[in-house]
Amino acid sequence: MRGRVWKFGDDINTDVLAPGIYIKLPLDELALHCLESVEPNFAKQVKEGDIVVGGHNFGMGSSREQAAQVLMELGVAAVIAHSFGGIFYRNAFNLGLPAIVSRDVDQIAADQILEIDLRSGSLKNKTNGDELTSEAVPENLMALIEAGGLVPFLENKLTKKS
Amino acid sequence: MGQTIAEKIIAKAAGRETVAPGEIVTCAVDLAMIHDSGGPRRVKPAMEKLGVGVWDASKIVLISDHFAPCTDAESASILKLTREWAAEQNILNFYDQQGICHVVTPERGHLRPGMFAVGGDSHSPTGGAFGSYMFGIGATDMLGVLVTGETWIKVPHTIRIDWSGKFGVGVAAKDMALKMCATLGMDGGGYQSILYTGDTIENLEMMERMTLCNMAAELGAQAGLIEPDETTAAYVKAAGADPGDWQSFLSDPDASYQTTHKFDAAQLEPQVAVPHSPANAADIGDVEKAEIDQFYIGACTGAKLNDLKMAASILKGNKVAPGKRLTIAPASSRILIEATKQGVIEILLDAGAGLLPPGCGACAGYGVGVLAEDEICLASTARNFQGRMGASSSKVYLASPYTVAASAITGRISDPREVLAK
Ligand code: SF4
Repeated sequence: MRGRVWKFGDDINTDVLAPGIYIKLPLDELALHCLESVEPNFAKQVKEGDIVVGGHNFGMGSSREQAAQVLMELGVAAVIAHSFGGIFYRNAFNLGLPAIVSRDVDQIAADQILEIDLRSGSLKNKTNGDELTSEAVPENLMALIEAGGLVPFLENKLTKKS
Repeated sequence: MGQTIAEKIIAKAAGRETVAPGEIVTCAVDLAMIHDSGGPRRVKPAMEKLGVGVWDASKIVLISDHFAPCTDAESASILKLTREWAAEQNILNFYDQQGICHVVTPERGHLRPGMFAVGGDSHSPTGGAFGSYMFGIGATDMLGVLVTGETWIKVPHTIRIDWSGKFGVGVAAKDMALKMCATLGMDGGGYQSILYTGDTIENLEMMERMTLCNMAAELGAQAGLIEPDETTAAYVKAAGADPGDWQSFLSDPDASYQTTHKFDAAQLEPQVAVPHSPANAADIGDVEKAEIDQFYIGACTGAKLNDLKMAASILKGNKVAPGKRLTIAPASSRILIEATKQGVIEILLDAGAGLLPPGCGACAGYGVGVLAEDEICLASTARNFQGRMGASSSKVYLASPYTVAASAITGRISDPREVLAK
C-alpha cells in the first residue's frame, strides 16, 4: 500500500474526527466536517489513497464508529499513529481500515509518500528513502482487512456454515 | 500465579481456567448494552444484509438516551427506528427516555459482579463499579456481538491505582478522576484494565464509584474495576438482581499488576480541567477564574443522585448569577423521582436552574442544551474536547458538581469550599 501523508499531532479525538453536532447527518455530509477544527482544508483536499499519520492516542474518546468511517468516506487508505484509542483501533479494523502502530511517526512529514506492508510491518518513506518500522497487524485483524471488514467477514463465515 | 479480577472474569467468559495478559481470546458475552445512537440505526442494515437476528434478546439492554427526547425530525426518525427494531427483535429490556444507559442499566438490575459485558458506548467501563468486566465497542463490533454472542479481547494487563485517606469537604470522586487524568494522561491506561483499590475506594458509595470507573475511559483504559464488596452486593440486591458468589471474583493476593500508582485523598483539592482535555486538570487555586456562560450538571458522570445532592448542598438559599444559566439534566428518571422526593430538585430550581429531561442532553452535543459559537461552559461531564457540547468555537471546562454549583453563584470558576465554609 502506497500513499501521500497528512500529518497530525497527538490526541486527535473522536469529536474532532466526527463532531457530535453533525452526527445526525448522512455520512458524506458528516465527512465534510472531519478534522475541520484542526485542519479546515482536510476534507476538501484529501485524495483517494492518502494516509493519515497521527501521534499518541489517535482516535481517543467516543465509541462512535463514524470517526473511522468518515476517513474511509474521504478515501483515506490507512492511519498510522504512535498509539491509538482502543475503541477506535477496533472500529477501524471492523470497517476494513488498517490502523498501524509505529514508533517512528516523528520521522514522517506532510506530503511525503509512504509504502506499507501490513503483514511484515515494513514501512518505507519513498520521499527520502528512510526505512521505518511499524508493528505487524495481528492475524485476527489481518483476516478482517482481507475480508473488507467485519460484516463481509461474518457474511463469509455464516454462508460457509449453512 | 494468582489472577486479578479482570483475568478471572475474562477466563470464565473464555471458558478457561486462567488467562495471561497479551493473549487474544474469544469470550462469550453475558450482556450487550446498546443505545439509540450507536445501536439499531447502525446495526440494522448490516443485520438485514446478513439475514440474521440477535443471538439472545434476553442478554440485550437497549436504551434511548443520546437523541431522547428528540429535538427535530432527524432525531425523531432515529428514535422511531430504535423502537421498531426493539419490537422486531423482541428486546424486552428496552428503556425508552428513562435516562442514560450507564446509569439505567445497573439501576434496573442488569449488572452483577463477574459479568463479561460490552456496551456500545465509550463510558461502558462504568460497569466496573459493579464488579463487571465491561468495555465500550463501536457499532460494527457490536453487530458482531449481537449476531454471534461473542467477541475477541486481548487480555489486558491490570494497572492498580491505590487511593488512601479521606478527602475533605467540597471534594468528590470527580476530583479524583480529574486528578488521575492530569497525573497519568489520557493514555495512562494504555487500553489495559484499571483496578481501583484502597480505603478511599472502599468507603465510597456506589454512585461515586461509578464516577471513577466511568472516567477510566478518559484514562484510555479498556475497563476500570472496583472489587465487589458488601456495598456492591447491597446495591445489586436493591436493584432486584442476585449478586451471586461475588467473593469468587476477588483478585488473588498474589495477582500481578503492570504498575501501581498511589494517590493520597487527604491532599486532594477540587480540580478544574481547562479546555480542551480532561488531562488539563489542575488544582482550582491554580486555574484562572474564567467567566462562564452555561453551568451544566449532567451526564452519566455528573448527574446521578449524589451529584445532584452535591449541587443542592451548595445552591441551597443561593441564586444563579444574573445573566448566567445553570442547566440540569438528571441521569435517569428514577434519580429524578428520588431527587424530587428528597427536595433536591426544588432547591436547584429555586436557585434558578433550568431542568432538562433525563438523558445525555448537551453532553455530547447531540441533544438539548448545546452551546452557541464562542460560548463557555463549566460542566460536571467527562469530556471537554473541542466543540463537544455544541458549536466548534465553544469551550468546555470540567469540574465536580460542587464546583459547578459554586461557580454558578458567582458566574465564574469558584472554589466550593468557600461557599461550604459560610
Ligand atoms: S451522558 Fe455524555 S458521556 Fe454519558 S453516555 Fe451520554 S453522551 Fe456519553
